[in-house]
Amino acid sequence: MKRHDDFQERRSSLINLTDEQLHERFWQLSQQLVDPMLELARQHTTPSIERSVLLRMGASSIEASSIVGFAIAHGVIGRGVGHCIIKVMNHYKLSLREAIEKCTDESFFTLNFKLGGVLYESK
Amino acid sequence: MNRNDHKLDVEKILENLEDYVPRRRGWIWRKPIDHQKIGKFEYFDTSENLKKSVGLPASHAFDSIDPQPKAIITTEIASGRFEDDIRRMRMAAIHGADHMMVIRTAGQSHFDGLIEGTPQGVGGIPITRKQVRAQRKALDIIEDEVGRPINYHSYISGVAGPEIATMFVEEGVNGAHQDPQYNILYRNINMIRSFVDAAESKTIMAYGNLAQIDGAHNANATAVEAWKVTPELLVQHAINTAFSIACGIDRKNICLSTVPPTAPPAPSVRMDLPYAIALRELFSEVKMRAQMNTKYMESSTREATVTHTLNLLISQLTSADIQSTITPDEGRNVPWHIYNIEAIDTAKQVFAGLDGINQYLKIDRSNEKLNQEIRELKERAVLMMEEMIAVGGYFEAVSQGFFVDSGFYPQRNGDGIARKIDGGIGADTVYLRNADYFAPVTAHFGENHTEFYQFEDPSSIISGCTFEDHNKIIYIDELDESDNVYLRLKESEVYRSGSIVKPEMEWQGDGVILLTMFIPLSTDLAKAAAIQCAKQLNLLEVEVIHVEVMHPDEGTRVEVKGKVPFDIDVGLLKTEPKPEKLDEEVLKEAIRNRPFKIVSGTVGEDEHSVGLREIIDIKHGGIEKFGFECIYLGTSVALSKLVDAAIETSAEAILISTIISHDDVHYKNMKKLHDICVEKGVRDRLLLIAGGTQVTPQIARENGMDEGFGRKTKGQNVATFLVKHRKEGNG
Repeated sequence: MKRHDDFQERRSSLINLTDEQLHERFWQLSQQLVDPMLELARQHTTPSIERSVLLRMGASSIEASSIVGFAIAHGVIGRGVGHCIIKVMNHYKLSLREAIEKCTDESFFTLNFKLGGVLYESK
Repeated sequence: MNRNDHKLDVEKILENLEDYVPRRRGWIWRKPIDHQKIGKFEYFDTSENLKKSVGLPASHAFDSIDPQPKAIITTEIASGRFEDDIRRMRMAAIHGADHMMVIRTAGQSHFDGLIEGTPQGVGGIPITRKQVRAQRKALDIIEDEVGRPINYHSYISGVAGPEIATMFVEEGVNGAHQDPQYNILYRNINMIRSFVDAAESKTIMAYGNLAQIDGAHNANATAVEAWKVTPELLVQHAINTAFSIACGIDRKNICLSTVPPTAPPAPSVRMDLPYAIALRELFSEVKMRAQMNTKYMESSTREATVTHTLNLLISQLTSADIQSTITPDEGRNVPWHIYNIEAIDTAKQVFAGLDGINQYLKIDRSNEKLNQEIRELKERAVLMMEEMIAVGGYFEAVSQGFFVDSGFYPQRNGDGIARKIDGGIGADTVYLRNADYFAPVTAHFGENHTEFYQFEDPSSIISGCTFEDHNKIIYIDELDESDNVYLRLKESEVYRSGSIVKPEMEWQGDGVILLTMFIPLSTDLAKAAAIQCAKQLNLLEVEVIHVEVMHPDEGTRVEVKGKVPFDIDVGLLKTEPKPEKLDEEVLKEAIRNRPFKIVSGTVGEDEHSVGLREIIDIKHGGIEKFGFECIYLGTSVALSKLVDAAIETSAEAILISTIISHDDVHYKNMKKLHDICVEKGVRDRLLLIAGGTQVTPQIARENGMDEGFGRKTKGQNVATFLVKHRKEGNG
């Protein structure tokens, strides 16, 4: 889009604001712009977020990458991939480390995270 | 003694990295001191002195003081080999940098995950856990040497932001660039993915107390006319700031990356100042990271330094919490060691020179034009945000090319960077969290359904994540046998033995040198002649890196780089011994016991007198202080007059000062003085001494002097020589 500099016409709504009011307006608009994006972020996750969760749980970057890949392929990323590890840990009474290592095996992951697998157990 | 004994041992730093635990987390600011005395002077804008530092070249004339500005000083380091960068960091720290910003290798933004090991980079380094650990470990040693905490910094952007943020907190990285708008506009990463990732990255940074630098300055470097994007810059800063605060980042850790957009020959300070003020007024609660202009940098390091000096003036007149520095050679190549140091020294020098000036100089905020320009910028930014909301929000605005348009908003030229909401790298990789979504870790943003577990604190279900328990981190050493630090170190090993050396600009043993020359030919021919010149000097990989017209017909300044094809044997090098200094009392006693008379003057057609007076005058600590009787004949003294005076007064020595060195006239005069003394039969009983800024002792001796004294000579050095070499039978 092309438009000439029509600042003088547009500013009419702002011209009577004090500097302080203008600053308030600036920050109120900023908040208004970021609010929907924050809401989006609260409700969604991404492969990188899930890999970062696994890293914090003590997975290596290589393990995190495989496990998150399996979770996406099996449609369970929305449950939280760290959540998947906890389910395996609890179901098989494994240590955290053992659960992570188990989940890097694709056939193990498939078996446990198909419909009706460990995710559907309570706790 | 091995000449490398006190060098950093990079091999040793690489040992036991798997066990390294960072000393601390988070950013550390300098402690400003409102008023302190350093040497003979009072300062109002400085911070604590360093335990060990290298001052500005002129500092020796000021009791070797090295005042440290109150702003953090940043240096950007990016040679592609982190092991060589470690040595550059040590050089930078001792000159006053306490913020080491490590640039990432080209393409890391698009790497889906963490890179491991130590592959070589291009225009930066691949940021990996091992490389970060090695550099943070080295910085522990370096900060102990200089006596000030050093902040280590890199980038949390691209499609692996949250993972990099996690690794940075685990490894004690102190600051990072984080701005989803950078991903979108300059890396074409999907906008939804960028903001969802950014929320997690920022939450992690907030937990680790990292300083955050945003990415708005990139619009300056990208826009056709950099000064016209200023309303948009305010908007970009606002979006990242508001988003960061909502993610929990403390305002004191939010640093706006701001660049004076313009450069001379534009009236840049006057144009840049209203923007600098508008920004600081709107964002009074956060910090300013003042960057230097890169947009208008050409290959002249001089021109860049002047522009950067004007940028520093704006920092001083407004404010800067972090003063970034840009190496003046960035317009010609990947920065060299020496230019990192030049840039740091430029900042240190300007801030020292301008210290306290804000007490005398105030920006006239009541000036109508200035006031109007500031107000207008703020209004233009508000209008832009209003229109963004009107079209449906940030994403919609980006898709309509609102950003980096060359028009001065609300003017639009239709050349902005437009990105598709569902396009770009990482599109369709954002997933809705289910009603039972759970992440059992600390510093996680957004919905986390801990209610299904008994724990309030999600990471307690795993008895603490890596943020609480460092032992849980899985350290990967190397993944690529053909590209890693050990192979590179093997190649340059010989240069760390201490027995041979090569000149170096970036990497150990690179052999690169720079030649500057004037060639009396027009540009194209001069370039060809300069290349030929370097080739005949046997340099390899010769390249012209700077050309400047002196006169279109009369000639050209050319700078050429090339590599030397040989090594230098350090064992065979001879160094000039340091001038001896006898104790003051010993000197005084020697002269008391046996008085000593000298004759002195500045020779040649030369009116300089300061240097010689400093060597002689009692008030400058000259030789009179020790009891010497000095007969000073003044400036432009004829050599024969000095010899005659020495004979008449029975002086034992002649001291000549010789500043002018065109055509080696200073050495010719030395030879002449010697010859006159021989002719008159007095050479054996007179000590002949020459001093001056261009005097090399060895060459002075070759030209008939008993000794020569160059720069930084003190009266005590000359007195010591005279006493120790006094001719027997005199006096």
